[in-house]
Amino acid sequence: MAQQPLEMILVRQLASYLAVPIWVTDQVGNLVYYNEPAEVLLGMSFEDAGPINAERIPDMFRATALDGTPLAAEELTLSVALSTRAPAHGSLRFSGLDGVSRAVEVTAIPITGQGERFLGAMVTFWEIGD
Amino acid sequence: MEITDSGRRLILDAGTGIRKLGLTGDEERFDILLTHLHMDHIQGLPFFAPLLRPDREVHIWGPISTASSLRARLGRYLSPPLFPVRIRELSNVYFHDVPPSVVEIGPFLVRADLIMHPGATLGYRVSSNGASIAYLPDHEPALADGSLPDDPEWISGFDLIDEATVLVHDSQYDDAEYRDRVGWGHSSSSHLASLAEMANVHKLVPFHHDPGHDDGVLDEMAAGLAAATTAEVVPGQEGAVIEV
Repeated sequence: MAQQPLEMILVRQLASYLAVPIWVTDQVGNLVYYNEPAEVLLGMSFEDAGPINAERIPDMFRATALDGTPLAAEELTLSVALSTRAPAHGSLRFSGLDGVSRAVEVTAIPITGQGERFLGAMVTFWEIGD
Repeated sequence: MEITDSGRRLILDAGTGIRKLGLTGDEERFDILLTHLHMDHIQGLPFFAPLLRPDREVHIWGPISTASSLRARLGRYLSPPLFPVRIRELSNVYFHDVPPSVVEIGPFLVRADLIMHPGATLGYRVSSNGASIAYLPDHEPALADGSLPDDPEWISGFDLIDEATVLVHDSQYDDAEYRDRVGWGHSSSSHLASLAEMANVHKLVPFHHDPGHDDGVLDEMAAGLAAATTAEVVPGQEGAVIEV
């Protein structure tokens, strides 16, 4: 596989050092990396799961509004950030691979590199009380 | 450093050595590829004689920036009080802001990509006649990790270096020195050896020697590199000519 753009390499390295759960995705939403704090939320280590295709994510991590209302894929915070190429924020509930349901605040920030290259997004999660 | 083929020349970076280089040859067009704008890579530029000859065309290629053009950034140096000639007086100089990209310059196919070093920094891969030279003089591929990632997908500069005929690469520190200089933007010998092995480089030219290292230290570092990699190690030194 071709080398990732430098900006993505740097984002991954930053994420690996932070205590905040972080996902790193490419431009179409494929999950190319998540850090150790995010492994707790997702219920599986990145070492074991590896990169995850965007198509598989809705089935793997069932997301709803906080009140349980189903959310369309395009309503998800990450989807909004990728489609608008602007920061997006929201609250939702999702079940990780361990089956545990968690309520989280989600912030997705698009990653635009030098030369206006749109590269992907960085997503942070903040668990909130039920 | 210069790369020549079929009578055409590419000049890489513009340290103090470019002054002498500018006194050689009589071509009408010069192409200077800057990896980045740290002073040690541009300080010779105002003293490059063709710059001041209206009958010569000088093309300067350098990393794109979100903040300002290459011309504007170099203008901070090429202007009073740092230099008496203003950049706007150099009508024969053309500036090219380079994003990660591929461009043809004469017989050369030049690939540029951002690499790990403070500030916007490019590495270059120059190909011609089936051979390739990768030039990454300032590079810290193992930033903060202590070792290179196992997966080349996540190694800065790997696509530029992969299977290169010649790799000219940062070799500023030995391993002990690097431990106290993480994040400074330069490579240790062992990281360079690992990188060269992973990329299956044919010839390795350790470069950008630390000014505090004497010839004895450089010889020792070169010997260590030669023992740690299957590539042929040819330490970079002023005036050396490497046929490819």
